[in-house]
Amino acid sequence: MSRSTEILLALIGAALVLALAWAVPWLRFVMTIALAKGLAVLGILLLLRAGQVSFGHALYLAFAAYAVAFGASVVPETLVLLPLAALGAALLGLVVGLFVVRYREIFFGMLNLALSMVFYSVLEKFYAITHGTDGIRLPPTTFAGQTLSNEAQGWAMLVLALLLSLGFGALIRAYLASPMGQALAGIKTRETRLEFMGISGRRVLLAAYVLSALMAGCGGAVLAMTTRHVTPALAYWTASGELVFIAILGGAGSVFGPFLGAVAYELTRVYAAALVADAWQMILGLVLLLVILFAPGGLWGMGRALLARRRSA
Amino acid sequence: MSVLLSARGLRIAFGGLKAADGIDLDVMEGEFLAIIGPNGAGKTTFINMATGYLRPQAGSITYDGQPILGLKPRRIVKAGIARSFQLPQLFTEHTVLENAALAIAARAGPWAPLAPLLQRRFRAEAEELLDRFGLLPLADRRADALNEGARKLADIAMAVALKPRLLLMDEPTSGVASAEKMAVVETLTRVLRDSRVTAVFVEHDMEVVARFADRVAVWGQGKIMALGPPQQILNDPAVLRDVIGVAPVGDGAGTGKEGAHAAT
Ligand SMILES: Nc1ncnc2c1ncn2[C@@H]1O[C@H](COP(=O)(O)OP(=O)(O)OP(=O)(O)O)[C@@H](O)[C@H]1O
Ligand SMILES: [Mg+2]
Repeated sequence: MSRSTEILLALIGAALVLALAWAVPWLRFVMTIALAKGLAVLGILLLLRAGQVSFGHALYLAFAAYAVAFGASVVPETLVLLPLAALGAALLGLVVGLFVVRYREIFFGMLNLALSMVFYSVLEKFYAITHGTDGIRLPPTTFAGQTLSNEAQGWAMLVLALLLSLGFGALIRAYLASPMGQALAGIKTRETRLEFMGISGRRVLLAAYVLSALMAGCGGAVLAMTTRHVTPALAYWTASGELVFIAILGGAGSVFGPFLGAVAYELTRVYAAALVADAWQMILGLVLLLVILFAPGGLWGMGRALLARRRSA
Repeated sequence: MSVLLSARGLRIAFGGLKAADGIDLDVMEGEFLAIIGPNGAGKTTFINMATGYLRPQAGSITYDGQPILGLKPRRIVKAGIARSFQLPQLFTEHTVLENAALAIAARAGPWAPLAPLLQRRFRAEAEELLDRFGLLPLADRRADALNEGARKLADIAMAVALKPRLLLMDEPTSGVASAEKMAVVETLTRVLRDSRVTAVFVEHDMEVVARFADRVAVWGQGKIMALGPPQQILNDPAVLRDVIGVAPVGDGAGTGKEGAHAAT
């Protein structure tokens, strides 16, 4: 798919999200959450390129969310909190990454899971600081110094999430086509060859890992400022599993996949939960099964195949 | 001629099997040195030790006067030693062009952060490289869709792309159809001579050795059993009988071919 087609698709997608949020006001919240998760899933996609699956990336999302929650009582400014929380997550990603990039496959996945569960326990156990499972409620934050109405703040967060999604989408697309991204994909097929070309596979993976933590951090910050309530559940292993789920649902073949997957996931969740309150997890499970069996390219792969057929017809 | 790579007293054993049992070997700058020997003798192990992939239990290796044992493979690459593999090691989900370009980018680094791998500079050099190896028509094929001969060539091309001073090749012609073998060797020789690369190659085909090598080392029972110019080594009945188990190549080209197969 050409670059201009992709830019056009991204803009159409952004317009659709805005239109949906405008037409159905309560979907504004859902869309913001979806995009926030999409950002974290974009990081999962990056690691998937190297053939590695992290079952603990909710760690970075939750870390940034709590950073925002604590920070909001000091500087309640969106445009300060978000970058600081995201950078904090990236820094944590660097420290953890230095350790986990030494491992591959199941060990990589499980180490990430273990570390995220350590963080979960910390959040849950240190009641005096974190209020345990009750979590922390956030005060309203200002936006560029302005105190906005709830309505306006909601729109501001959605637009911010959209801009971050478009920005990181473009960045990751370029990254994947660059030598760094191609070497990353080389880890999946022939990491020893990288070493014999003078490239450290670990460093290539570390760069991607830090980038993925940064994006999960952005997602977590947006999530915290949108829901205005953070709980340890953000870091629980099911939250990490959800990110991997969305990555596979959306498709790992393109930077569109994570966002398409996240929007579809959140919409399904909201509507399915309303229709069949107890069975929505079952529905999601079935959907995942169908995707894995019949559409390994995910929703994005299906969509692209349809587009191609229409064009050739 | 000066010594480029020098191994002294190399020893390595796997279980009870002595793959190297006191190897002394010098590679002279500019030469093409062939290593021959029976299957499982330790030839690949030597390349693995010289490139930092395996650590010998005793002995030393110096390159250009500097000790290199204990260095990581990627440090040794940066020092100027590249290798190709007995079983081609390609990025199977990438195209041939991308494989070549990635090797070129690896040498040319550091990388501009977001510039595409197939930017003009790397693409042009990759195409030129593939052209020299006759692989340009296959540039857009995925590496896992190539036949064995082409995979082998692409594997060597990626090592050459690193512009090494010393190139270690593990059976460069195995898997290449016998009809194309000599043409491939000609091409390879030309590429390497043009860029004044010193080459060590492990080879089972005695015709290739006879035509390509300046010197031949015979590896057997963990030792260098014989070392000298190909005419001498390939006609030494003792070497052939005891180490390779084939009849002399000599003038009888027919027996040479059979011999090559027997040794593979
Ligand atoms: N990393 C290793 N671990 C255990 N055994 C090994 C290892 N590498 C090599 N060997 C063994 O050492 C012996 C020498 O192997 P090597 O691959 O060096 O032989 P070779 O001379 O290259 O043979 P061929 O002509 O079949 O390629 C073989 O018996 C092999 O099984
Ligand atoms: Mg071998």
